[in-house]
Amino acid sequence: MSILVDKNTRVMTQGMTGKVGQFHTVNCKAYANGANCFVAGVNPKKAGETFEDIPVYASVLDAKVATGATVSVIYVPPSGAAAAIDEAVEAELDLVICITEGIPVHDMLKTRYRMQGKKTLLIGPNCPGIITPDEIKIGIMPGHIHKKGRIGVVSRSGTLTYEAVGQLTALGMGQSSCVGIGGDPINGLKHLDVMKLFNDDPETDAVIMVGEIGGSDEEECACWIKDNMKKPVVGFIAGITAPPGKRMGHAGAIISGGQGGAEGKLAVMEECGIHITRNPAEMGRVMQKVLKG
Amino acid sequence: MKIHEYQGKEILHQYGVPTPRGIACFSVDEAVTAAQQLGGKVWVVKAQIHAGGRGKGGGVKVAKSLEEVRGAAQQIFGMRLVTHQTGKEGQVVKRLLVEEGAQIAKEFYLGMVIDRGRQRVALLASSEGGMDIEEVAAHTPEKIHKVWIDPVTGLRDAEADTAACNIGLPAAVITEARTCLKGLYRAFVEKDAMLAEINPLVLTADGHVLALDAKFNFDSNALYRHPEIVAMRDLDEEDPAEIEASKFDLSYISLNGDIGCLVNGAGLAMATMDIIKLYGGEPANFLDVGGGASREKVTEAFKLMLKNPKLKAILVNIFGGIMKCDVIAEGVVAAAREVHLQVPLVVRLEGTNVELGKKILSDSGLPIISGSDMADAAEKAVAAARGL
Repeated sequence: MSILVDKNTRVMTQGMTGKVGQFHTVNCKAYANGANCFVAGVNPKKAGETFEDIPVYASVLDAKVATGATVSVIYVPPSGAAAAIDEAVEAELDLVICITEGIPVHDMLKTRYRMQGKKTLLIGPNCPGIITPDEIKIGIMPGHIHKKGRIGVVSRSGTLTYEAVGQLTALGMGQSSCVGIGGDPINGLKHLDVMKLFNDDPETDAVIMVGEIGGSDEEECACWIKDNMKKPVVGFIAGITAPPGKRMGHAGAIISGGQGGAEGKLAVMEECGIHITRNPAEMGRVMQKVLKG
Repeated sequence: MKIHEYQGKEILHQYGVPTPRGIACFSVDEAVTAAQQLGGKVWVVKAQIHAGGRGKGGGVKVAKSLEEVRGAAQQIFGMRLVTHQTGKEGQVVKRLLVEEGAQIAKEFYLGMVIDRGRQRVALLASSEGGMDIEEVAAHTPEKIHKVWIDPVTGLRDAEADTAACNIGLPAAVITEARTCLKGLYRAFVEKDAMLAEINPLVLTADGHVLALDAKFNFDSNALYRHPEIVAMRDLDEEDPAEIEASKFDLSYISLNGDIGCLVNGAGLAMATMDIIKLYGGEPANFLDVGGGASREKVTEAFKLMLKNPKLKAILVNIFGGIMKCDVIAEGVVAAAREVHLQVPLVVRLEGTNVELGKKILSDSGLPIISGSDMADAAEKAVAAARGL
């Protein structure tokens, strides 16, 4: 098992025919069961065409009806990405994964408002996506660094997630699922939401949680972990050396008004029983130690 | 993106928020002429820099004659204004705002922020005007009235009125206050702001409300639809290295240390700074070359780092996923040759085509130090920066 997606998931790609969408669709299709998983693309101007034998439909709803796809991945450029999420939510998909970086915050505020009370879950935006190793890869992460196994990974960053995964794989610890929740201030699933899923997943034994400066998601997740988590969690927060008031690459990675600093987050996480490390090169080894008891 | 107070007041004015009459000036003579033009007996001469805390730093002066306006303008114009937000090097004042003076009866605070947890725009209003709102939040949070605004209805009349009453604005000015609050909210949303503050909003002696200051920070991801905001950008207020970086779509932030870092991805770039510090070094910058760094981009990134006279070593940390390690290695070698690199260079490559990438580095004949993992690379970079 795994969380959110597996080899039986059927995925449509919004923005499949653009340069970025094409590149990643080819890679996702080539990974594990990808050829069976990626069943549709969406582009109102190219309905009826195909790309890599994947049919293109005019709308999310058309694609869903025609193929039974229940998950969407979005590569649409920033100015249209929030509307693409809206369309997927209206079509009542189960899950939307928005890779797009640079969506205006006020667009996301409106989209999140519209999502209230709807069934659709959102991963991202500004994220690498989700992968269940040896089954399905939805997003832009390099598939080959992953290994099937029993460690869950949740992170706000892309390459730092790969770093964590690379360390685990090098030490022989495979992953159940790896979820990049994205670096934007207004996003879908939070650390907490993904942590709950890992807690309930019988095939996940432990979780690496990678956070960064800005906001208070990590603290909220840590407090929940303290009272509810049945599995060990290893944590790292990027940005101990980040100066306040500066956006560190990610739109959401900013210490503002004295809030969202790395030390504060680490202190709360430690207090809540998370095995924290201040060394990003040690995430895998700390996990190894924790599992050996 | 930040703007100056006078520009912020122009925006507020467009949205019906009353502001004092004022004129932006670029010289001492202009300031005197502006005061003449405004008329009256009392003027305020205000330094225009993007940092807050200008009053405490001596950047705001009240003048009661044209001579005093000249004197104040002479003192402020060109001064290196140091505030708690500028750092100790301060910021040179190149623009002034000359305004008509106001008779202040009481000061208040109004702010708009994006509440990440609730995913709403939040209005913050407080009786503690003129103070740092973070101080108020830390010591007397009960004095901050908060409203989380429904994006469909916007700020409702009743919500605005309740906020005004709660912070102690008198009933006689509730209608004016409502205009202020709703105008601030509309400006915040329509201009894609991340932060807006009126601090202080004042009640004048003759019973009106007036925005005496204006601070805005805009979402850089939304600037494509706001040419009018982009036109307000003042490059004098920004770090030249960061401006240069943005031309090449590089995300760069100057820091105080001596080890330059070139990394792909924001999270890994922060983690690389952190690990340098952990091994006893100090990072010179944050630099994210992004997911699709070309050879040209890597070369520009090297040039940027090398402009820093303090630089003693460079650490390249790449986890190649989409980006192939051989492509990066070629970029690093080409860049090191082009800039005639004089400082030690430590490279850590991981990911797709890593062996090929490492071979390109070692075959280059350049004195590149190879790091086997992130920790090894950081340790070597710190040692190299110390001349070990």
